[in-house]
Amino acid sequence: MSAEIIGTYAVAVALLIGSIFALVGAIGLLRFNDSMIRLHAPTKVGTVGIGSLLLASMIHAYTFGDGSMHEVLIMAFLFVTAPISANFIAKVNIHKRACDTPPAPPRDETWSTLNVPEADRDIDTSKAG
Amino acid sequence: MSFATEVMNAALVIAFVTVAIAQAMSMLRLILGPSTGDRILALDTMVVNAIGLIVLLGIAQGVRVYFEVSMIIAMLGFVSTVAYARFVLRGDIIE
Repeated sequence: MSAEIIGTYAVAVALLIGSIFALVGAIGLLRFNDSMIRLHAPTKVGTVGIGSLLLASMIHAYTFGDGSMHEVLIMAFLFVTAPISANFIAKVNIHKRACDTPPAPPRDETWSTLNVPEADRDIDTSKAG
Repeated sequence: MSFATEVMNAALVIAFVTVAIAQAMSMLRLILGPSTGDRILALDTMVVNAIGLIVLLGIAQGVRVYFEVSMIIAMLGFVSTVAYARFVLRGDIIE
């Protein structure tokens, strides 16, 4: 079994893995029932799906041509920017009230004010320091 | 044409069909999407799927130029997602 045959099979396996992950991400995007939960599924497309397709492209270039490492650039760019855009979309969901928001904080007179809390009132602060 | 090449060509066709179905499903979420966040997320996924389709086209035709195309679309997709999200959040893109 020569290196070319092994490379060809490796391209086929990487293509199948990448396309299956792309399909799984799209199914998750379509079927999950909440905006924040829906944010979870397409990350598979961005990382494993496209990463595997680009890996297939690299193996194909090394098997049939003179090879190229350029695809690593796209992979690195997608891996770096995916969390940033996901964070922005989560912020949009919170801003649009499309998800469960946390409960309102209890009423508090001492947080971020100069009022001394009830438990600390009997401590004499004039002698400290 | 050896057996290995036939397997690779079949995998290429399967990958084309699967990524195209994934692209159509995210377009369905773009149409349905109840909130703005869903629509931005669907557009982001569609950009990523388009990069996958272009990479597959590059493998199928054996042309190396498609690398630059997918790189530019990756950058443009990230910038447009951030711009759309900022427009919803702040009402302005560059303040």
